[in-house]
Amino acid sequence: MKILVCISHVPDTTSKINFTDGDTKFDTNGVQFVINPYDEFALTRAMWFKEKQGATVTVVNVGNSTTEPTLRKALAIGADDAIRVNAEATDGFFVAKQLAEVVKNGGYDLVLAGKESIDYNGGMVPAMLASILEFNFVNACVGLEIDGTTATISREIDGGKEILSANLPLVIGGQKGLVEEKDLRIPNMRGIMMARKKPLNVVEAIDFNVTTSSSSFEKPAPKGACKMVDADNIDELISLLHNEAKVI
Amino acid sequence: MSVLVYAESSEGKFKKVAFEATSYGKKVAEQLGTNLVVLTINADETSELSTYGAEKILSVKNDALKSLNAKVVADVIKQASEKEGASVVIIDSSADGLTVAPMVAVSLNAGFASNVVALPSSASPFVVKRKAFSNKAFNNTEINTTIKVVGLAKNSYGLHENQVSGSSEDFSPSIIESGITSTSIDKTAGAVTIADADIVVSAGRGLKGPENWEMIEELAEVLGAATACSKPVSDMDWRPHSEHVGQTGKPVSANLYIAIGISGAIQHLAGVNSSKVKVVINTDAEAPFFKAADYGIVGDAFEVVPTLIEKLKSFKANNA
Ligand SMILES: Cc1cc2nc3c(=O)[nH]c(=O)nc-3n(C[C@H](O)[C@H](O)[C@H](O)COP(=O)(O)OP(=O)(O)OC[C@H]3O[C@@H](n4cnc5c(N)ncnc54)[C@H](O)[C@@H]3O)c2cc1C
Repeated sequence: MKILVCISHVPDTTSKINFTDGDTKFDTNGVQFVINPYDEFALTRAMWFKEKQGATVTVVNVGNSTTEPTLRKALAIGADDAIRVNAEATDGFFVAKQLAEVVKNGGYDLVLAGKESIDYNGGMVPAMLASILEFNFVNACVGLEIDGTTATISREIDGGKEILSANLPLVIGGQKGLVEEKDLRIPNMRGIMMARKKPLNVVEAIDFNVTTSSSSFEKPAPKGACKMVDADNIDELISLLHNEAKVI
Repeated sequence: MSVLVYAESSEGKFKKVAFEATSYGKKVAEQLGTNLVVLTINADETSELSTYGAEKILSVKNDALKSLNAKVVADVIKQASEKEGASVVIIDSSADGLTVAPMVAVSLNAGFASNVVALPSSASPFVVKRKAFSNKAFNNTEINTTIKVVGLAKNSYGLHENQVSGSSEDFSPSIIESGITSTSIDKTAGAVTIADADIVVSAGRGLKGPENWEMIEELAEVLGAATACSKPVSDMDWRPHSEHVGQTGKPVSANLYIAIGISGAIQHLAGVNSSKVKVVINTDAEAPFFKAADYGIVGDAFEVVPTLIEKLKSFKANNA
């Protein structure tokens, strides 16, 4: 089985979000970039298939050269090789088109992605990719087993879980549950050493007009002060929620 | 030309987001000087949509669409869009909507912006404001394609009544093969889900252990709320994963979010910040959550919550 894991390169969750150039560009100054948390679950699950079922695992990112340390980290966690599609990832449709090209050229059976990236939160790339490739797609995936060419998948639904079965090839939008938090892999020294020698292939992007473009960023309006209510005066809280906030 | 809204329903009943998307679609249609068409799948009372401005309703009734299969639903939306010559297609950004909408965009060769929070600031170029960086910012996105797909964030535009006399038309699209078989569904019957809830009661590590959640559940019940928790609480298996909210868990954009024994870490806040009103109950007056909340009580959850339950019960009894 050939697995492709899509890796998004995102600001660490504690990053301060600021903009430059008249609020048109994200200010990367002092920001630490990491593997998108949702993608870590996908990558760890892929490692499981590699170890238990002999799968090969390729990681891919659409981005400029600054994303390479993130791909190296994925290699250190255990992926066999990496591909970087050399382009700015600004539009989800564009990214999905590039990834589809990688999938077609590489003949992957299973594409694992996180259900969204925590930078633009579009949540659109995995579904678009599946749609372009005409592969089966399951989002919000919290469990995945593969037997031959058949996948058994559990996905989170409102208030519960659904078990599905589908044939490969398949695209998965994953999240916590795909593996447990405590089982997430982090690179060890040996992994980091080995990652240096693993192939990281840079491919050029195919032509595709972007369908959306970012015109500017805004920060939320500053919040007013929190109104404090005395712990002995719960009636006041209820009255505020009813009369002022009008939410109960 | 037209604006097409997909109004999501579950077991025949419209979700609240269906009315919000219709309200929004009506206004977008006015902005573009065109008419609104609302697509429904297996919904019972399609006339409810006319309260929010739906003049023309396409009603699909088909048992093959009973359980959501994103690919099949996306194809139905595509057929409706083509039939109506839609230039803008609006689908809510719930978990299901977010699975369907990107597929619709690909099939219509359309640009897609998800989690949109406001009306287009300009119709030409078509610019919408959407959430980015986990609620820490917004991005103004221009959609450059002829057909545009807009994913509307829950509780962002609100419901706007606009009674019109609507007409419902039966629509029988062709149904494609899904390729995916649903073998079982395991769902807690009757429980309010985080996605649908107007009020969410959430608790964190301050509760000390899973045995103390009874009062959280009771508070939720009194308020008709969903229950949620912080990440460590689900990591320790005090509560199910499905209750984990925050940047790496479920997003919450409720009318009222009550955080009990939750410190308010940046990753937690990122996921719940778009809720309208936030209440925090915490023993530590320095807890960061107080900076993000609208109302705060410095106090011990084990004292405050039981009192709150009692007082709310009598409030509810008096205001019923
Ligand atoms: C990559 C990454 C992603 C993350 N994603 C998320 C996420 O999606 N969601 C999330 O929630 N967290 C997330 N976290 C974890 C986050 O950083 C915090 O660790 C977590 O939110 C803390 O949970 P808590 O508030 O329940 O616990 P704590 O921080 O331990 O806070 C407990 C609070 O309870 C209060 N307390 C104690 N006793 C009482 C009492 N008797 N009555 C009232 N109050 C009391 C304390 O004063 C304290 O403020 C993430 C972390 C990382 C690194």
